[in-house]
Amino acid sequence: METLTSLILIFIGAALINNFVLHYFVGICPFLGVSRRVDTAFGMGCAVTFVISISALLNWTLTYFVLRPGAPLPVWVWQLAGGDPATQIDLSVLSYIVYIFVIASSVQFVEMYVRKFFPPLYRSFGVYLPLITTNCAILFGSLEVMKHLQDPTKLWGLHEALALAAGGGIGFTIAISLMAGIREELDLADVPAPLKGAGIALIVAGIMAMGFMGFTGVEKGVAGAISTLLR
Amino acid sequence: MAREEPTALERFINGVLPENPVYRQLLGMCPVLAVTSAMKPAMTMAGATAFVLICANLVISLMRKLLKPHLRILVFTLTIATFVTIADKFLAAYVYEMSKQLGPYVPLIIVNCLIISRCEICASKQSVGVAAADAVGMSLGFALALATIATVREILGAGTWFGLHVLPGSWPGWGIMVLPPGAFLTLGLLLGIAEWVSRTQARTGLWRTARMLWSWRR
Repeated sequence: METLTSLILIFIGAALINNFVLHYFVGICPFLGVSRRVDTAFGMGCAVTFVISISALLNWTLTYFVLRPGAPLPVWVWQLAGGDPATQIDLSVLSYIVYIFVIASSVQFVEMYVRKFFPPLYRSFGVYLPLITTNCAILFGSLEVMKHLQDPTKLWGLHEALALAAGGGIGFTIAISLMAGIREELDLADVPAPLKGAGIALIVAGIMAMGFMGFTGVEKGVAGAISTLLR
Repeated sequence: MAREEPTALERFINGVLPENPVYRQLLGMCPVLAVTSAMKPAMTMAGATAFVLICANLVISLMRKLLKPHLRILVFTLTIATFVTIADKFLAAYVYEMSKQLGPYVPLIIVNCLIISRCEICASKQSVGVAAADAVGMSLGFALALATIATVREILGAGTWFGLHVLPGSWPGWGIMVLPPGAFLTLGLLLGIAEWVSRTQARTGLWRTARMLWSWRR
């Protein structure tokens, strides 16, 4: 049950307490660019959640077996080639290049899929779908997973990586949908001319970030609640 | 029908103010918000971004004749990722504390839209000299934007600037300014001010705007 509790805590931590957008500031471009209408924003959030989970899955696999210090695959290849078994092998210098390559390819697949099966959604995304490649949230998810694969004594499993990715994606969806709801109302408000557009959106985001700071410390209560429930 | 491409000097000047990456184009917002709680990390970030932008622009410009249209974005990101790896290892080797503090935001330079947009708009079409001037101008504009935001946040949040005390010791320090909400609020208000200045300038000219700001202060 330890595992379940830690998974739920990772999920809530990524979705609410340390929200990707409002705490780590990743994914700001779509957060400002695609948040004019709630339905488009929600679609964008779903696309990001999907891509972030797929790329976390692929990148966890690659990091665990190939890229992390002491990963099995390069050691095996090295010994097969007759290298000295005592040599330390660390391919993590390649990780950024591998990650961005994996992300770019998975975005390409999602784009083809959406264009084929959901043409209206594809049209409303416009330029932002290919731009998911350059969405910091996706790379950030993979980097967070990588951070937990450096220390050989406590490696993250695939389930933990996926909990973080899904939590981050859902946190992004929550933030961008809330933002779109507020901006639909803002169209009717009397905003000072120079602040129209991005300025007022950022100020609203600041107030939302203050709201999300209220989640700090929730994890203790959640952990307590789970342990009472399971007892 | 193609429009005349801007010259090197125009590219350079455009990058600094008229097409400032942050205030006019809203590009590269993640580092702008994330590392500007104080001047030191902000300037380290500006330096790393400038290094990657200049190197990537040069390399892309040198191989612009070889680029295939459908693969160009991939080539851009892989080139940028290579230089980001270099910058990241360099920072970790020489300024370890700062590299720890910046954390994931150094690798996140890879997905900074500013660099990809410069590769796409300028370096993949124009010669090496123009691309270099463009990269230097854009880097200066980016550093300027980071510096303005970090100045406001560090002075109001901690009463210091580059670690030096500039406000009296009795200054309480607005904790919110160094926390995430402060980043959003500061950038939102500064965007508004930049927009207001450029509107007034378009109406009355630069000199009158400066005088108006001055008379406001008194």
